[in-house]
This record gives sequence, structure tokens and C-alpha cells, in this order.
Amino acid sequence: MLEVILAVALGILAVAAGVAVFVVDSMARATYSLLLSFIAVAGELVLLGSAYLGVLTVLMMTVEMAVMGVFMIMYMMNPAGLMPMSMVHNKRGALSIAIGAFVVLGAGALLVPWPAREGEPPAELTRAIGESLMGEHMLAMIVIGVALLATMISGVLLATARGRYDRYGDDLARERPTDPVAGGVGR
Amino acid sequence: MAGVSDGLLLWGALLLPFGLLLVAAAAASMSAALGDAAAGRPVTGLTLVQPVQEAARLLVVRRRRTVHPDALLWRVGGGTLFLTAVLAAAVVPIGQTPVVRYEAGVVWFNAAETLLWAALWLTGWGANSALGLVGGYRFLAQALAYELPMMLALITAALGAGSLDVVQVAAAQDGLWFVVWMPVAFVVFLIAALGFSFWGPFSHPVGADAAGGVLAELSGVDRLVVLIGRYAWLAAAAGMSVPLFLGGGAGPLLPSWLWWLAKTLAVLALLVWARWRWPVVRVDRFEEIAWVVLLPAVLLQTLVVSLVVI
Repeated sequence: MLEVILAVALGILAVAAGVAVFVVDSMARATYSLLLSFIAVAGELVLLGSAYLGVLTVLMMTVEMAVMGVFMIMYMMNPAGLMPMSMVHNKRGALSIAIGAFVVLGAGALLVPWPAREGEPPAELTRAIGESLMGEHMLAMIVIGVALLATMISGVLLATARGRYDRYGDDLARERPTDPVAGGVGR
Repeated sequence: MAGVSDGLLLWGALLLPFGLLLVAAAAASMSAALGDAAAGRPVTGLTLVQPVQEAARLLVVRRRRTVHPDALLWRVGGGTLFLTAVLAAAVVPIGQTPVVRYEAGVVWFNAAETLLWAALWLTGWGANSALGLVGGYRFLAQALAYELPMMLALITAALGAGSLDVVQVAAAQDGLWFVVWMPVAFVVFLIAALGFSFWGPFSHPVGADAAGGVLAELSGVDRLVVLIGRYAWLAAAAGMSVPLFLGGGAGPLLPSWLWWLAKTLAVLALLVWARWRWPVVRVDRFEEIAWVVLLPAVLLQTLVVSLVVI
């Protein structure tokens, strides 16, 4: 009973915070409303018994939103809601797509004949998730990981204005680089 | 709820905030004593109740207002500090039993810590003051530096025990404390603890060069709430380091909760002492130190532990 009440409360919180993202007029509030919505969803995951996925969702989303907030505020013309702003563009189109998607997904959830559960969940869910991800699909996971890392490094390389020739001189002969901000290790 | 079992849930949940407050107050007293000693003033019994006096003062002091603050986010940010410290402390086994025994307790602790990213930034943002915001951004940069090494340090301890459950991590150190064969992970965890508590060498987010950074515009009870949250996080970090690396409640003669408390206070004293021993490290410097020195070092530590475990 308590779990049902909690699940409903968290569900309402998730939806309400999600709506708030588009209602509030400040980037900071929009970002952290979205975070609140994610945390409520993470709470649902914990209630469903996914101990690991639940807390992992909180961890990932908080870091993500904290960093995203920095960029949102950096790039928005109206960061603090000092002037009226809207998170919604193309209102009619967005509204029809959103309602259409909701109806399709909701109808699917209600109308599809769901299969009955077979078997029991394993005793240690976290271990089971780890094995299903890292057991059979280890190779795929490692390839994806390396590809993501390569993408990130190339992204940073493409974005940075200063390369090693700027730092160490045209013949790379400088002992210490000339950096606008010196690092902590003294390279 | 699956994943949550046989903790001291009800009574523990009621008492935990007060217990955490007591340990946090101990940290504040230690800091006051070290501060007086450093300033050449005699350390008396009065020194130890300084934090209580300061708390009382902040309670009656009138709030300073800023122009157009985002009061909601400001208060939420400040309050989140203590709340998340309580959440983090909930999975720490006090002796042998935590308030909440969680299947993935190590990740739980980490998740509670990441909420500090949001809390500190919001506290800096809410005041609508450039100095506060500078502090908030500094904390995010600092978090980007310490977070990955800390995650690897946590994973290393979990790897050594073969479990993410903090109780099992503590139990796995039956013969040999993890600190003995995972010293790098232990040190990295302590550095990260100073980092996320924005304490001592890592107090750049509240640095004097930014007129107090995140704390710049906080006054009265708002300031008190944030300071309590900070000491509570120091206490929670010290409490967590014991089951992770120092054998949990293991020890001869005394009951296990007393051993846990003794070890926690020892680690806490070390963390507090660090503030009066080392100067503040600028975030831009720490960033490089963390990525170039700490991260490879703790990765090597994880590798060593993986090889031993296999």
C-alpha cells in the first residue's frame, strides 16, 4: 500500500516537474525542474526494485543537469529570467506531436495484451544487470566505450583554439608551454 | 522495496540527523580549537563551544537581502546540503548495521554526493550575485576534477569486496583492512572528501579571493544551514571511509559501533586538520593535478586490486 502511494506521488511529481520545465521563465529553474523530474523517475526505479539503476539515474542525471545548466546559461540570451522567455517554440506543432505521442503510447500501454510474468527476478539484480551487460555483450560495450572516448577527444581537439604549436612554439622547442592559465603540474 | 533490507529503518531514520549533527559539531569544535591554536590563542573549554555560540549568533542575526534573488533555488540549494549528507550517512554501517541497508550502497553514497553539484551551484546562483555565481562555477569545476578519481576509489573498494553493499565491503576486510593494500584509493577518497565538502585546501569555491564565493551573500540562518551542511558532509565522508577502507566496526574488546565512532572521529580530525595545514589550491591547478596525477594513480590502484581479486 505504502509503495503504491509512493509510486503515485513520485509519478505526479515527475510529470509536474516536467511541465514546470516549460512553464518557468528562467534557465536555472528549467534545468533543475528537469532534474527534479528525473529524480522522481529514479525513485520509481528504486520502488520497482532496481536498486542499482535507481541510484545510477540520480547520479548521472544530477551531474548531467549541473553541467548542462552551465551551457544553457552560457548560450541563452536570457539566462536568469529577467526578460520574459519561453521554452516552447512552434507551439502548435509541438503540442500536436506531444499529444499524438502520448495517445499512441498510452493506448499501447492499455491495449497491448501484456504477457504474464514467467519466473522470478534474480536475487541480486545488480549482479544480473552487470552480467547481462558485461557478460555476453562485453565486446560491443568495449567498442562503444572506445568509440565514445575517441569522439570526445576529437571533439575537444576540434573545439580547442590552441594546439601544441601554440603552446610549445613552432619547432616544439619550448621547455615550458606558454599557457594563458597555468596548470597545477607545471607542464 | 527490493534492495532495502534489515536496516534500523524507522528509529534510525529519526535519530540519524541528530547523530550526524553531533559528529558535525565535533568537527566544528575541532576546527575552532585548531584555529585558536594556529592564531596563538589559548585553547580552552570555551573554544570548543564556539560553534554553538556562532550558531546562536547566526540564528538571531537578520538576513541580508540581495537585489532580485531567486529565493526558491537559493533556499533549496542550501537545504539540500544537509539533506544529502543525511542520505549519504544512511547507508554507512554504524558498527555493523546501517540505517538503510541498500544493495548498491556505494553508488547510493556517490549519488547523494553528486547532488552537491546541484546544491552548491544553486546556492551560488540564487543570491543573484556575481561572487556567489563565481563560487558556484568554481565548485562545478572542482567537482569535475575530483569526481572521477573518487568514483574509481569507491569502485576499487567495492571490487575488493565483490559487492556494492557497504555492509559487505566492511565485512570483506575481516583479515586485512583495505587501506593496507589500497592506500592510493584511500588517499584519493580523502582528497575527494575535502573536495566535495569544499573544505580546507579545496575551499576555493568559498575562497576569500571571491569575498566568500558561494557563501558571499549568505547571512543569518541561511548561512547556518549551509555551514551545518558542510560539516555534516565532512562527518558523512569520514563515517563512510571507515567501512570502505578501515575495517568498519572491527576491533578488539569494545563494541563495534564504538570502534566505528573512534575511527570516524580520527578520520574527521585528519580532514579538519588538513584545513589548518595546507593552503587553498586554486581550481584550475587542481583540475590538472586531478586528471594528470590522481586519475592515473587510482586507475593503477584499481588494476592492482583487479589482478589480486582475479
